[in-house]
Amino acid sequence: MKIIVSVKQVPARDSNLRVASGGKWLDDSDLSYEINEPDAFALEEALQLKDAQGGEVVVVCAGPERAGSTIREALAKGADRGIHLVLPEDAVLDALSTARLLRHAVKNEAPDLILTGLQSDDLGYGQTGVVLAELLGYAHATIIMQVEVLDGALRVKRELEDGWFQYVTLPMPAVLAIQSGIKKLRYATLMGIKRAKMKPVETILAASLGLELGRAAIERVYLPARSKQSQILTGAPEQVAAQLVEKLKFEARVL
Amino acid sequence: MSVLVIVEQRAGGLNRMSLETLAGGAKVADGMGVALEAAVLGHDVAEVAETVAAFGPAKTYTVEHELLREYTPDGFTKALEQLIRAKQPAVVLFPHTYQVRDFAPKLATRFGRALVSDAVDIKMDGGHPRFVRQLFQGKLNADVSSNAGGAEFVSLQAGAFRAAEASGAKGEVEAFRVELEARDIRTKPEAPFREAQRSVDLSSADMIVSVGRGIKEKENLPLVEALADALGAELAASRPICDNGWLPMERQVGSSGQTVAPKVYFAVGISGAIQHLVGMKGAKTVVAINSDENAPIFEVADYGIVGDLFQVVPALTAAIKKAKA
Ligand SMILES: Cc1cc2nc3c(=O)[nH]c(=O)nc-3n(C[C@H](O)[C@H](O)[C@H](O)COP(=O)(O)OP(=O)(O)OC[C@H]3O[C@@H](n4cnc5c(N)ncnc54)[C@H](O)[C@@H]3O)c2cc1C
Ligand SMILES: Nc1ncnc2c1ncn2[C@@H]1O[C@H](COP(=O)(O)O)[C@@H](O)[C@H]1O
Repeated sequence: MKIIVSVKQVPARDSNLRVASGGKWLDDSDLSYEINEPDAFALEEALQLKDAQGGEVVVVCAGPERAGSTIREALAKGADRGIHLVLPEDAVLDALSTARLLRHAVKNEAPDLILTGLQSDDLGYGQTGVVLAELLGYAHATIIMQVEVLDGALRVKRELEDGWFQYVTLPMPAVLAIQSGIKKLRYATLMGIKRAKMKPVETILAASLGLELGRAAIERVYLPARSKQSQILTGAPEQVAAQLVEKLKFEARVL
Repeated sequence: MSVLVIVEQRAGGLNRMSLETLAGGAKVADGMGVALEAAVLGHDVAEVAETVAAFGPAKTYTVEHELLREYTPDGFTKALEQLIRAKQPAVVLFPHTYQVRDFAPKLATRFGRALVSDAVDIKMDGGHPRFVRQLFQGKLNADVSSNAGGAEFVSLQAGAFRAAEASGAKGEVEAFRVELEARDIRTKPEAPFREAQRSVDLSSADMIVSVGRGIKEKENLPLVEALADALGAELAASRPICDNGWLPMERQVGSSGQTVAPKVYFAVGISGAIQHLVGMKGAKTVVAINSDENAPIFEVADYGIVGDLFQVVPALTAAIKKAKA
């Protein structure tokens, strides 16, 4: 089975996010980066499917030069090769454009299965996989918590709202958007990290493809306003604890 | 020209987010000076459409077909593609439900558009809508312009608008015929189900102490358990804690977990992503403890403590024990 996994590199979760002076994106001078969390789960699912079924896992990533480290990390965990669509440092694309890029990278690969994360932690479109499926003419399913391979088809468990689930059967090739938590994540081994250095990564300059790429139509980025009047308590831990107990007793009357 | 709201129904019932989306749609339609219309898809939706018609739209389309009895992305996309090509709305609005996440990006792609997903607000500016989206799980907001040319596809987050109320006037209901064939539909859905019975019912708890990834390791959980014990509260968690197996899934609060409405909800080391907030917004009093002063959880907190939970929580547990003694 040939499986493609899309992985995105995003600012690390605990980053101190500061709006850039132009007000349209982040100041990236002191950001560090990591794999988009749901993509780590998509990769894990792909690697376990490969362990069970045999085949190949190819990771594809659209991002600036630095995103190469995320591809290497995926290779260290066990992916076989990578495709890096190289974007300018400041590219912030809309979901349709990203999907067009990914489509270009995978259209000659003829995969059986494409796994994406459910949502990116930075832009949070929750769309790229579904759009990619449409562009490729593949069937798709989203918010996937379990994958079972049948003969030429897949039976997957979808998460619905409020703790409901549903099984869906769909033909291959297919795109699945994987929900976080589907499997326990593995760590890269030392051996894996060593081997990753030898694995092939194809780099393609996005600008050379002549695709129509739209920038996300962001006019302004800013801190959201507080919707509730929150009282922020300050002081040493013992002091704020005592303050809070007073408030809960006499103001909120819940103690 | 119109603003078209795609309403979601399940077994004949309308969900609250659909009513919120109708309210959002009314704002855009007013601002643009065009009619508000709605559409309901399914097999037998005449009754729901009558209900929808009382909530503001001048016209409500019923899109009925045997092949729309169960939701499939192929069926819903093909049916709505036909409706939108025929009616040419300026803006198509959806509630950002799990079902919409599954097909709306596909539908927008058919029109060469990128869906503006999960908008939290719409600002009208000289007859043009501008959408507000969250970035970084709610840590930042972005104003997104409507990039003119063809229909704009937008989905609205839960709680973005106050639900529309039934007005005295009732709009028209009109059937729209669609052509679908069985071979158009590639996915075969099975009946939805719930995992084994829940043994904890958080929805009736008076007090909840909920823990998030700020706790860092499973070994640290006794810290919050002690706080819950001192309060006599139920213990709950954000998704990553349950994903890691540190606490059972049935203790998860949020859009895919339980919805709770206690008198007091302590959010400890929880950032406040929307999927968590929708599960606990109904709490009467919210206390947030988080080391990041910009964490979105503070936007919904009544009392906030910006600090290290490893220091604040033990102090709070002690103070509560003392107050109760
Ligand atoms: C379709 C879908 C469904 C989802 N369903 C749910 C759901 O039902 N429930 C749910 O919860 N999530 C759900 N999620 C996930 C959600 O988007 C968030 O990823 C999740 O809620 C984040 O959990 P968290 O706040 O614990 O972790 P994080 O976002 O990592 O936040 C951890 C917080 O801890 C703080 N912190 C760190 N160290 C300390 C310290 N020492 N002291 C104090 N604070 C500290 C940090 O500042 C941060 O704010 C869903 C996502 C999707 C896409
Ligand atoms: N630039 C990118 N490179 C590779 N994969 C991506 C990229 N952007 C999005 N994806 C994939 O699409 C998923 C959904 O992203 P989004 O639609 O931005 O929420 C992510 O989890 C990734 O798997």
